[in-house]
Amino acid sequence: MSGQTPIRPNQDPGWLRTLILSTVVLFMSVMVGLPLITVFAVGLSKGLGPAMEAIREHDALAAVGLTLFIAAIAVPFNAVFGVCASWAIAKHSFRGKSFLVSLIDLPFSVSPVVAGLVYVLVFGLQGWFGPWLIDHNIKIIFAVPGIVLATVFVTFPFVARELIPLMEAQGSDEEEAAVSMGASGLATFLRVTAPNIRWGLIYGVLLCNARAMGEFGAVSVVSGHIRGQTTTMPLHVEILYNEYDFVGAFAVAGLLCLMALATLALKTLVEIARPEVGGHAV
Amino acid sequence: MAGFASTRPLGRVKRGEGWLRRSAIPGFGLTFGVTATVLSLVVLIPLSAVAARALTLSPDAFLKVAFSVRAVDAYWLSIWTSLIAASLNGVFGLAIAWALVRYRFPGKMALNAVVDLPFALPTAVAGIALATLYANTGLVGALLEKVGIKAAYNPVGIVIALTFVGVPFVVRTVEPILKDLAADVEEASASLGASRLQTLVRVVAPGLAPAWLTGFAMAFARGIGEYGSVIFIAGNMPYRSEIAPLLITIQLEQFDYGAASAIALVMLLISFAMLLVINATQAWMKRSRVR
Repeated sequence: MSGQTPIRPNQDPGWLRTLILSTVVLFMSVMVGLPLITVFAVGLSKGLGPAMEAIREHDALAAVGLTLFIAAIAVPFNAVFGVCASWAIAKHSFRGKSFLVSLIDLPFSVSPVVAGLVYVLVFGLQGWFGPWLIDHNIKIIFAVPGIVLATVFVTFPFVARELIPLMEAQGSDEEEAAVSMGASGLATFLRVTAPNIRWGLIYGVLLCNARAMGEFGAVSVVSGHIRGQTTTMPLHVEILYNEYDFVGAFAVAGLLCLMALATLALKTLVEIARPEVGGHAV
Repeated sequence: MAGFASTRPLGRVKRGEGWLRRSAIPGFGLTFGVTATVLSLVVLIPLSAVAARALTLSPDAFLKVAFSVRAVDAYWLSIWTSLIAASLNGVFGLAIAWALVRYRFPGKMALNAVVDLPFALPTAVAGIALATLYANTGLVGALLEKVGIKAAYNPVGIVIALTFVGVPFVVRTVEPILKDLAADVEEASASLGASRLQTLVRVVAPGLAPAWLTGFAMAFARGIGEYGSVIFIAGNMPYRSEIAPLLITIQLEQFDYGAASAIALVMLLISFAMLLVINATQAWMKRSRVR
């Protein structure tokens, strides 16, 4: 065998290659490329001026502020939770582990609308704590706390499910060595584990943040749509669109698009720097 | 904590008596406690509220609202549009994964990044962009209307939106398996005299099947619950283009929490069933990968 020309069994015939590549390019251009272009084309259809005006307008700025505020609470919360959960799950072995992982994943398989609904049932007027909350003059549903809760729910698994497989793959030999040499649990985590999982954590936080800023269904149910007060950027887009202010809607949508593109760029950079991180279906 | 290590043996620790295997690594109590508490407070207890509220209805009332003609039409619409969208993604996702793993071409890295755009782009943005594009005044919608297809404000539009949000699933589940499958098995098959077609059908396809099915099931499950990208393009006509999640929000706007919970409970049960299917295909995937 060794003397013959090498067999290249993985090589597809030229026509198949051309067929697959052109199918892929056509599909992605129509399905993903065109919608992306549409956002910027409509947003800028009257020029840059009106688009900037729509973004600088009072309610739009309030929506941007609220979106950043929500993400600033939900993302760190889920990051801390994700680190805790992955430490318990990946570095220890106990019965029912895979069941626990499934439970953490649960929010991914629940419709966003149901995610919003559950908090209405707990904190809303007719909900479990509704009467008590009214007596104490605390507003959760149709107010900012409800939006935070709904966002935490839908972004709950992102960091944990990024870190668990990574920490499992790395094993616990290094941590065991550190502990046996007298390091405390916290020191072991900070000096040994944290540097190893840094990139996975960044990756998880990136995805978590994109979803937190872009969530629509769950937030829409609990927000109450009070302009300038409880509307996040995606909800503001909806309001403008329903008022036939297409330039305004697509201008704010363009801002969200830029955020999504930045997320993808950073995510690609992490994948290039650390090939062991990411690269799986959410 | 400093003397911690000396009190416990390292190396192969024997399986403990209870559910927890003893380990030299500290912090299990704290981290497990935090995990269980937060999970219960944020996810499990609120989710149980849906079942609790739905079950306050009498059985007759529950069946009446959960399986009204309008609700059944909505479930059915969500199911069949998600099935078509997942199938489209099954075909095109496989082609994309194949191209990303097997071919070198200019723009490959951009394609790889753009595959995840539906994950990163807010669904409402996708919704208004697709609605504009596929309306009869839009770029693609006008073309489709010439050949007699009404895309937006029609179930066709729902399929388009669900196809968009489902793009990454099949690609990202098939891609790693295809990478692993790589050269050796196919070379073995070819060196034993199999034609290229035989190798693809008998060797590559069975290897990819579990991952492909997992991606398909994930795209399908996502489609059933999807809301933001669909409502702008769907037209939302009762009995015709009204998806199940929208029906929940309509009941909520009328402050009919009971009906909203009943429909949500049916949707949760569909989600859990899908979760079981996905877990089963993933277990199959792991088994076939080990072999």
